[in-house]
Amino acid sequence: MSESPIKTIMVALGLCLVCSIMVAGVAVKFKPMQVKNADLDLKKSILSAAGMYQEGIDIDEVFEDIEVILVDFETGEEMDHIDANEFNPEKAIKDPELSIRIPDSEDVGNLLRRPKYAKVYLVKNDEAELDKIILPITSKGLWSTMRGFLALKADTKTVAGFAYYSHGETPGLGGEVDNPKWKESWIGKKVFDEEWQPAIRVSKVSKEPGQSGYEHHIDALSGSTITSNGIDNSLQYWLGESGYGVYLASLRDNENIGEEI
Amino acid sequence: MKIKELIFDPIFRNNPIALQMLGICSALAVTVQVENVLVMCVGVIFVLIFSNLFVSLIRNIVPGSIRIIVQMTIIASMVIIAEQLMKAYVYETYKSMAVYVGLIITNCIIMGRTEGFAMKSGPWASILDGLGNGLGYSFILIVVGVFRELFGSGTLMGYPLFELVRDGGWYQSNGLMILPPSAFFLIGFIIWVIRCFDSSQLEEN
Repeated sequence: MSESPIKTIMVALGLCLVCSIMVAGVAVKFKPMQVKNADLDLKKSILSAAGMYQEGIDIDEVFEDIEVILVDFETGEEMDHIDANEFNPEKAIKDPELSIRIPDSEDVGNLLRRPKYAKVYLVKNDEAELDKIILPITSKGLWSTMRGFLALKADTKTVAGFAYYSHGETPGLGGEVDNPKWKESWIGKKVFDEEWQPAIRVSKVSKEPGQSGYEHHIDALSGSTITSNGIDNSLQYWLGESGYGVYLASLRDNENIGEEI
Repeated sequence: MKIKELIFDPIFRNNPIALQMLGICSALAVTVQVENVLVMCVGVIFVLIFSNLFVSLIRNIVPGSIRIIVQMTIIASMVIIAEQLMKAYVYETYKSMAVYVGLIITNCIIMGRTEGFAMKSGPWASILDGLGNGLGYSFILIVVGVFRELFGSGTLMGYPLFELVRDGGWYQSNGLMILPPSAFFLIGFIIWVIRCFDSSQLEEN
């Protein structure tokens, strides 16, 4: 237990070297498995949002039928010059080249920034017609940014599924966004009104079937006002003009599905 | 005899949570669901055993002036390794408790054992001490976790046992059990029960 400064420094350096080699070794060794896990998890949540996930299916195989495209939020046009599979929205949001600051006046969901492009997943049916559109959604909850997907039917109006894949809300309260029953209550609701304005509301005032506005109403989660408000506000933004509004409108024009309803 | 004492003493007679009052913070944070508890316990036992082992191996060459930093470095490395392993093998559970795994570093039990035991004991005894204290910690956490999950959400390991009112059943879930302070009450009850059986743990007035 000698205390000479030289020895102290040598021990400290030696220890740091050994520890860093161990940590780095483990990190490198397990990286491929971790990347694969994260990738599978994301795909699984996309499939569950679209109601296509069941226990035991081969996720990669089912996912091959889903088309991934990048869409410019402002023009609603598909972007061809960037590979959609390479685009990472979570990274893009930190890159000033690839994201924008949302003006305060529009930022009802308190999201601060959004990517310039949206990574949208399209599900086709057997006749190669558009069946479902899966849109990534982020919301600010009480503790965390919640990331999830909203799946719409081809009429761009009816909810086919809604789920968050990552959030840090209180288990049992805000964490009930994962409750299967609650997620089920989204299916079949209409996100737009007759004028194609965002109309879906997550609200505490419950509505019975048949009451006006029932088709736009989602029961808020009890005991989690801030989480529910976060979801509500962020949806108003994402479905609005500066969110997916332009893209969804262009989809309706192209396929003339708007008139059918 | 010595082996038995090293492993079993920390479970009832010298429990790190119930007697030494260490590691309470994580006992509040991760006990909402039993599944998270089990992962947390495996992580803590892993970190405890290996930190104890490595600290014990180098205890004679570590200068006294930097010994705490040396222990911290070893503990932090072990926690990162545990975290990487979880990410590779139990990704779903890791996701639900990501922050808390990193916070194993701040679990007072680990530093308490490396400084209080491994710095003056041989490697084999240190491993056993790590295992024993890990089991003692796990024992309390599992009991608390079972009560909190059962009465807070009506499930055990995610498997529904009590049908909740909101799903059309009979059981009105106890909201307090979902919130961290309920673990304080439960740990208090556990300490009471333990001290009923072992009066040597009672404190003098």
